[in-house]
Amino acid sequence: MKPRVAFFDFAGCEGDQLQVANLEEKVIDLVEIVNLVNFREIMTEKSDDYDVAFIEGSIATDHDAERLKEIRSNAAILVALGSCAAIGGINSIRNSQNPERVEDRVYGDDADKVEAWDKAKPADAIVDVDHYVYGCPINKDEFIHVVESLVQGKEPSIPTYPVCVECKMNENVCVFARGGEEKSLPSAKREVQTPGPFAVDQGPFCLGPVTRAGCDSICVNEGTTCWGCRGLIDNPNQNAHKKVLDKYGLTVEEVINKFNLYFGWQQEERNNE
Amino acid sequence: MSNEKINIDVEYLTRVEGHGNIKVNASDGQIEKCEWQVIETPRYFESMVVDHSWKELHHITSRICGICSIGHTLASLKATEDALGIEISDQDELLRKLVLHGENMQSHILHVGYLALPDLMGEGSVIPLASSHPEELKTVIRIHRLANEMSELIGGRTTHPQRLIPGGFSKVPTEKELTNLRSKLKNSFNDLMAVADLCEEKADKFPDFSRETEFISLTTDEEYAFYDGQIRSTDTGISPVDDYLDITNEYVVNQSTAKFARNNRGSYMVGALARLNNNYDQLSPMAKGVAERFNLKPINHNPFMNNIAQLVEVVHNVRDSIKTIDTLLENGLEPQDDYYEPEIEVQAGRGIGAVEVPRGILFHDYTYNEEGVCTAGNCVIPTNQNHANIQHDMEELAPSLIEKDKPEEEIELNLEMLVRAYDPCISCSTHHLDVEFVE
Repeated sequence: MKPRVAFFDFAGCEGDQLQVANLEEKVIDLVEIVNLVNFREIMTEKSDDYDVAFIEGSIATDHDAERLKEIRSNAAILVALGSCAAIGGINSIRNSQNPERVEDRVYGDDADKVEAWDKAKPADAIVDVDHYVYGCPINKDEFIHVVESLVQGKEPSIPTYPVCVECKMNENVCVFARGGEEKSLPSAKREVQTPGPFAVDQGPFCLGPVTRAGCDSICVNEGTTCWGCRGLIDNPNQNAHKKVLDKYGLTVEEVINKFNLYFGWQQEERNNE
Repeated sequence: MSNEKINIDVEYLTRVEGHGNIKVNASDGQIEKCEWQVIETPRYFESMVVDHSWKELHHITSRICGICSIGHTLASLKATEDALGIEISDQDELLRKLVLHGENMQSHILHVGYLALPDLMGEGSVIPLASSHPEELKTVIRIHRLANEMSELIGGRTTHPQRLIPGGFSKVPTEKELTNLRSKLKNSFNDLMAVADLCEEKADKFPDFSRETEFISLTTDEEYAFYDGQIRSTDTGISPVDDYLDITNEYVVNQSTAKFARNNRGSYMVGALARLNNNYDQLSPMAKGVAERFNLKPINHNPFMNNIAQLVEVVHNVRDSIKTIDTLLENGLEPQDDYYEPEIEVQAGRGIGAVEVPRGILFHDYTYNEEGVCTAGNCVIPTNQNHANIQHDMEELAPSLIEKDKPEEEIELNLEMLVRAYDPCISCSTHHLDVEFVE
């Protein structure tokens, strides 16, 4: 029997479900090994009888939370798909902003009409999550790997090492070394601002040493920097890429605190521990 | 006239991006309620950008929409470049136009082929087409893949592109890669015509419905506008992009967590049909040829024809991409260092960027302090601008179907098809206006 699979979306850009469509011809192969029973973005048919539920987006209202709990109770396996569902993601930028200012900036006089929480949360802040597909957007190959593993009843294998490992294999010039030692070293040692903007004159900065690999360091390959979209590696103090950090005189905490677009919720969790 | 009670309650409309409901109640042929409701969880992007650097804003606001992340990135970069006084090279502008064509093709073919076509084929989704119409589906997939390959080649990734940065590109394609892309584009004509044939065969399934409205898009003398131009309205003529707030006039309604917009009348429409109505003469001849097959001429007031306008635009995107690649190759591609980052002097200021994205005209508006840190942001998204027009169409379409004694099922399907014709991107559209501008 093919497993019955459902997709659901919460607050997010739906870019992760789009990666499923972007599998192109492989989508046809995919529906040969699973039975898609609920995928609102592409199909009208819907069913509450499913084995595996993929969740995209963060949770930010009571209504979202109730819906997620219902999905959890229906599904044998729940998978968080993409950064927003897996770690809170970009939506959690506002978690460190003053909630009244946040509402005022966006809704002005109509702020009282909006019923959203002060924080955007990942799925596992509300319910148990069985598996995670990280990334903003998700990596298509990793998604296929997770689906195939679940179909075969195996545990998917997701990297526990940092992006630096993949970046070195791709033979990129280290972001911290761009523009030469002179430009990068002093800037990297600048005073840390918490929480703060990525100040303009700080020079090249990269979250590769503390971010979970699995993206094949795509952003650095394409000439930018690791923005941290796949979230912190487990136990950053142990697993961070120490060699890079030591070379540029940075500590794990400095890196995490200095430049934060995706880690808002994870950081809060760390601080509460 | 029907005596029956009609109760249409579509919760979470399917095959659209984001969450919307359709509610229609009628008895004895009289409409009691007819609402297009938007129920998306707000995400607060205009607040999230505050306190962030000019280097990050396009990265953050790209996440407003997965499907049009390239368009959001470009509108964001243009706003930042406007505020900071950054010029980009001709080559970079051509490459940006190319990547925008890629996204427009990807989004339109996804909508026409995967989301709208099942209605015309009498299916609930694209999935049964894999067995009932495998060749047609493979054709659609080939165009979709080509569009994605183009976006990936120029932008570094199809969704949330990386190479597009303030002042230009962190990495540019090689001439060989562009030549390859050119031949793939040339080879896609048969596929494009096959999709046009399929749509033509099924076009009578679109309800015959027209309601006069206002159409707004970018326009420029140089070309069929996507990347740049001034604002053009079929009612009020041409306005500069800086006056966008006078055009978009957003307001709050009770049925929606997204705002509605109006300019000259109660509502207006943006998107492929609006662009076609405003800029038809600048379409490539091949694209016009497809439009003629459907008798699609300006000014067309049938919202269902937006599907066809999208198809016409895909053909134009392919033709114009070939032309753009030719220009790039004739000029010779200027090479760049690896990990290129333009030298930029930061200054305080406010900047506005407007781009035509698949669903219509998009505005990003940022204010920066002298350190290049954002102090205020505003994004007006196409679907927000279309919500009021969807509502008004529904108010006219629903009673006309009831009057014709159509069964409830058919009324419901036609209303769903109406909303789908706008290809709404509802999760984007909840990012509202009304930002305080810091003095």
